[in-house]
Amino acid sequence: MKLGLDIGSTTIKCVVLDENNQLIYNTYERHYSQITEKIAELLNRVRREIDGVEHALVALSGSAGMGVAQDCGIDFVQEVYATRVAANTFIPGTDVVIELGGEDAKILFLTNGLEVRMNGTCAGGTGAFIDQMATLLDVPLEEMDGLARQYEKTYTIASRCGVFAKTDIQPLLNQGARKSDIAESIFNAVVSQTVAGLAQGREIEGQVVYLGGPLTFMSELRNCFDRTLGTKGICPDHSLYYVACGAALCAEQPIDFDTVIDAVKKYRGSGNFAFNQPLFISKGEYENFTKRHAKANVRQKDLKSYRGRAYIGMDAGSTTVKGVVLNADGEMLYSKYLPSKGNPVEIIKSFLEEVYAVNSDIDVASSAVTGYGEDIIKNAFDVDYGIVETIAHFTAAKYFMPDVEFIIDIGGQDIKCFKIHNGAIDNIFLNEACSSGCGSFLQTFANALGYDIESFAKLGLFAKRPVDLGSRCTVFMNSSVKQAQKDGATIEDISAGLSLSVVKNALYKVIRASSPDELGKKIVVQGGTFLNDAVLRAFEMEMGVEVVRPNIAGLMGAYGAALYAMKKSRGRGGSRIADAKTLRDFVHEIKVTNCGLCSNNCRLTINSFGSGRKYIAGNRCERPVTKKAPVTGMNIYEYKLRLLETYRPVEGLRGKLGIPMGLNMFELYPFWYRFFTELKFEVIHSPFSTRKLYHRGQQTIPSDTVCFPAKLMHGHVQSLIDDGVGTIFYPCLSYNFDEHLGDNHYNCPVVAYYPEVIRNNMKDVKKVNFIKEYFGIHRPKDFPKKAYERLSFYFPDLSLNEVRVAAKKAYEEQELYRAKVQSKGDEIIRKAEQEGKKIFVLAGRPYHIDPEINHGIDKLIAGFDVAIVSEDVISSRVDRFFTGVLNQWTYHSRLYAAAKYVTTREDMELVQLVSFGCGVDAITTDEVREILEKKNKIYTQIKIDEITNLGAVKIRIRSLLAAIDKD
Amino acid sequence: MAELKYDKKTGRLLFTKQMKREYTILMPNMAPIHFKMLKNVFIHYGFKAELLETTGPEIAQTGLKYVHNDTCYPALLVIGQFIHALQSGKYDVHKTALMITQTGGGCRASNYIFLLRKALKKAGFEFVPVISLSFGMEKNPGFSLTLPLIRRFVGGLVYGDQLMLLANQIKPYEINKGETMELVDRWSDRIDDMLVEGKGYTLEEIDETLHKLTKDFSKIPVNRVPKVKVGIVGEIYVKYSKMANNGLEEFLAEQDCEVCVPGLMGFASFKVDNRIEDYKIFGGNRLKFEFCKALLDYLTKLETLMVEAAKRFDFVPPHQYAHTKDLVKGVIGYGSKMGEGWLLTAEMIELADTGYENIVCTQPFGCLPNHINGKGAIRKIKEIRPNANIVTIDYDPGAPKVNQENRIKLMLAVGREELQKKLAAGEEKTDAS
Repeated sequence: MKLGLDIGSTTIKCVVLDENNQLIYNTYERHYSQITEKIAELLNRVRREIDGVEHALVALSGSAGMGVAQDCGIDFVQEVYATRVAANTFIPGTDVVIELGGEDAKILFLTNGLEVRMNGTCAGGTGAFIDQMATLLDVPLEEMDGLARQYEKTYTIASRCGVFAKTDIQPLLNQGARKSDIAESIFNAVVSQTVAGLAQGREIEGQVVYLGGPLTFMSELRNCFDRTLGTKGICPDHSLYYVACGAALCAEQPIDFDTVIDAVKKYRGSGNFAFNQPLFISKGEYENFTKRHAKANVRQKDLKSYRGRAYIGMDAGSTTVKGVVLNADGEMLYSKYLPSKGNPVEIIKSFLEEVYAVNSDIDVASSAVTGYGEDIIKNAFDVDYGIVETIAHFTAAKYFMPDVEFIIDIGGQDIKCFKIHNGAIDNIFLNEACSSGCGSFLQTFANALGYDIESFAKLGLFAKRPVDLGSRCTVFMNSSVKQAQKDGATIEDISAGLSLSVVKNALYKVIRASSPDELGKKIVVQGGTFLNDAVLRAFEMEMGVEVVRPNIAGLMGAYGAALYAMKKSRGRGGSRIADAKTLRDFVHEIKVTNCGLCSNNCRLTINSFGSGRKYIAGNRCERPVTKKAPVTGMNIYEYKLRLLETYRPVEGLRGKLGIPMGLNMFELYPFWYRFFTELKFEVIHSPFSTRKLYHRGQQTIPSDTVCFPAKLMHGHVQSLIDDGVGTIFYPCLSYNFDEHLGDNHYNCPVVAYYPEVIRNNMKDVKKVNFIKEYFGIHRPKDFPKKAYERLSFYFPDLSLNEVRVAAKKAYEEQELYRAKVQSKGDEIIRKAEQEGKKIFVLAGRPYHIDPEINHGIDKLIAGFDVAIVSEDVISSRVDRFFTGVLNQWTYHSRLYAAAKYVTTREDMELVQLVSFGCGVDAITTDEVREILEKKNKIYTQIKIDEITNLGAVKIRIRSLLAAIDKD
Repeated sequence: MAELKYDKKTGRLLFTKQMKREYTILMPNMAPIHFKMLKNVFIHYGFKAELLETTGPEIAQTGLKYVHNDTCYPALLVIGQFIHALQSGKYDVHKTALMITQTGGGCRASNYIFLLRKALKKAGFEFVPVISLSFGMEKNPGFSLTLPLIRRFVGGLVYGDQLMLLANQIKPYEINKGETMELVDRWSDRIDDMLVEGKGYTLEEIDETLHKLTKDFSKIPVNRVPKVKVGIVGEIYVKYSKMANNGLEEFLAEQDCEVCVPGLMGFASFKVDNRIEDYKIFGGNRLKFEFCKALLDYLTKLETLMVEAAKRFDFVPPHQYAHTKDLVKGVIGYGSKMGEGWLLTAEMIELADTGYENIVCTQPFGCLPNHINGKGAIRKIKEIRPNANIVTIDYDPGAPKVNQENRIKLMLAVGREELQKKLAAGEEKTDAS
């Protein structure tokens, strides 16, 4: 008899096998992090129920059981290894095992060279991720599967990590997309994440076996895998117990139940974990603290008896919806704070109905709405004003502290911070999609540990040793919490530790502050998360300043909106907002369609609310709304794309040569095009990126943390191969052209050497003549000879002279290209000057003109009636200067130069595009910011990935425009 | 107190001759055996140098506070350690300078020194001079890399590599626990004394010392039972530094493995060779090319001494650069030079060839060159060396140790299974000596 235990991140499994490896006992339960108690209980139970189990050989597996096993004298078997043993025993002939667990995703290749893959530290969260998404959709987990099966359309949801997907789903919910479609899209995201993140260039084929909770319970998830992999996998009996069975199969020694149970009960971990100062030492200290904060107070008045003018403010946030009604003195008549449950329209409707029910004669003078759902709510209910979140919060904060210098708002999903300078918002920090471990993050943890958020947070107030959990993303935090528990941290320590980590995340990840002096002395904190005293205290302790927290911290956006409405309404008549009667006839219909007005072909969600009111979401530009083509000619991003299209293939004696259109090719194409056209090749490039093209190469990406532009290259090369191009040219370039702006002229390691990755990971390149040689375009004199040496290996009939001539032409073509871009840029600037338009320098890299990479951000910004130029247009307008960093990359030198030039112009603003995972931008962003801020310019950074949510971008741009307007 | 002088062109704070007399230079400690020797070379030249031995979570925390959080982990740690030391009160901050290496390659590491200066400014230490340990990237009146200094330096690398190599091959099998590390300490003290006195760096001296040293180690009684053999490669700081890799070597020792960590000499040769390859690939200055070739020849000579000494006493010799380089042909081009470049890939292939087929490839989270040469090359390595059993581990301040160890354990489980198979087939023999 053999006994196997499997202790996963959320569940514990126990099996007993008989002599013939037949399963005679099995149990599967959640452990709610009470791991040791559960093990002891299970062992006792098995002993009672199975005769003779006391002589069984025992082994333990599972990520959460490692420490316990070691200390309590049970053999430990690594869980993937256990799975493999079980699969080989129970289903001989299995080629690939795909196993999803609470937090792990694994792929095992059993045949043709054993390989095992587990999700990396970044891409965690699969079962837990579906859990979270179900919460977000407000659907019981059990119903997700049924819901997904009714899907009609799928949306693209970022497949990198849970937090990313969340930012994609939230706007979909806010825009009224169907839950069934979203459920299916979530499953697809899980599949895509597993396949892209784990397959790493190896194809999943043959007999596929699905294991683990999510794949056992959700048939539609299995279908999604089947469809993507083009196979029919099986989900065997006892698919939940493979790890436990594997452990049992590997078991080699019996245990003494009494000793082990005793040891497990006594197991306390090492007791060594990093911890911080307690939040409060004494009750007295806590009382003083609450007394001090009670001063920031908005008075409550009765709505029912109120007869004067009333002002409504609403904040349709990402996870919650807030609404307030104020009297003319700014006092609170009525307020509501509700989870948006994926449908803010419904919640706002009931909010308004409630208001009208309490006081049917209310005289609404004006109304305003802010937040993610601003547009849809404004349209649905004819709200008078929509304002950008940052302005709403600033307006509210000023009410409590007129000379406020810094505002920090931690909400359910976002962190927003802004510095106030001379009465205007001067610097905005929003959390990037990666670090959104905010309010909902605390909530998720509280729930996972079996508490509601309030009582969970309170636990931490008097914790003796708050765990130091660092300031990273949720996925890391999960594992850190597990580790701390193992090391003996109490639930109190963890609660306090999580509150501290929320604060540290905001300070060091989002704001990147190192001392309170940087933020100023006058700080207002707000957002629902700060209503939690532990978080508030942690913030004050970490920064060493006393701050103001209004008693309506959770309602500040709505409150600010109401104050704004009040200010705007002066001297005007009543509000247009939907009245009780309109609400009775209110309808909300949703239709999903594709736009088709331009090549982007955005997927549109059309919301109709009856009486002709309509709201379209999912669009990147205003075209489907206004039916007018956007003004062109003032956007260099568009121009560059069009310019690239002019390099048309010319038939040549030497046949076709394909160039993948990605990374540096967005700028160097003219060079190579001319070079090879002169050498009598028919030069073609892969099409501009699309989502579909990306998916074509996705399976072959070896490193899931590399930047998205690099990942796209796999799709480009694949598409050339699929189109039958026999020769593909994708050179390695350590160096770029020397533009004499910096100390050196490197390409970044990824741009320089990505051809090596393509060659080593895409097996189809073996079918073609793939040229990834090293070239030195930075040395025009040496180039022809060296290029000839490299190329004659592939094309023996080439002559050095031919290459010389072609090279000369190539350099000329590149120069011509640059001149064209330059003169167009100058023209845009001149025109903007004449028309008095603002000029936005959308600074990034050449490949940021790819619409699949920039997600149409250029068009979105152009929609605000500003001119757009890129960094290379103005980088030549300044002389070389010394930077605070080693200025050694060609593309990055342009950024510094552009920033410097922008500081000399009143009418220019710089917005930096940063691709997620770009290591070099960890350096450039700080430097660009420093250059701008030295001259009191606002720095705006937009981080982009596969993510397609433009909501946050809109907020930034609108806030920036609002800030400039104040000057 | 020394007057603060600034470079006229760039405004950089200089390390002056007066500072050389008065200041203590703090150095990060990447590889303990090696860096102690390097420190002693500086002491011989009249610098007051001190290695930072601090560890603990405060260091990463300090780093996170003063450096952009998306910067690579080594930068966070090294800079965090410096600032932490300056804030500790242990040093007179007005008589302290910092030293950091700068390779000038196309990876982010060349910018560490600037990030350090930014961090110093943020922390209020802008008066603390930072010395770049590089080939002429930044010049300081009080510090220069002279040829004799470099020779002594390289001597330190050779000794460090050999000690590390021998210790790794003996320690897991030693009969008297602790004996190997005692001998390492004794020898590193002896070598330290030599270096402080300015001796022990000529080819003859090195040859003699290596012989004696290797002989001493060969006398340690061992019991050679078959163990899982693991090679460690990766981004250079994370590969060597215990603080960065969460005590990887100790963990592997606990798991009853023999470890092989390719030495620093390979990396030094690689960096010199990069300039030779650059010349070959792109063209350039003939003189520099010849100089680098001479330098590489010198390194190769030293390497040969190490290999011969190891072979003489039946140890697995260290990798020979030229051979390692040859192995990577057709896998990654020699132009891929940023970070550890093609060397990292080559080391994995060589480890697989020399019995260390279980490999941990370490890198800071988001390491740019490792996308190419580490994670990006593994597919190909597995294709040409099917025996290679590689796990890649990302390190950063938030990556929990338990997950890393779990992944390594998986790699080891496969390694153990292969070892059992080999034993059953009689390939691996037990020979007690």
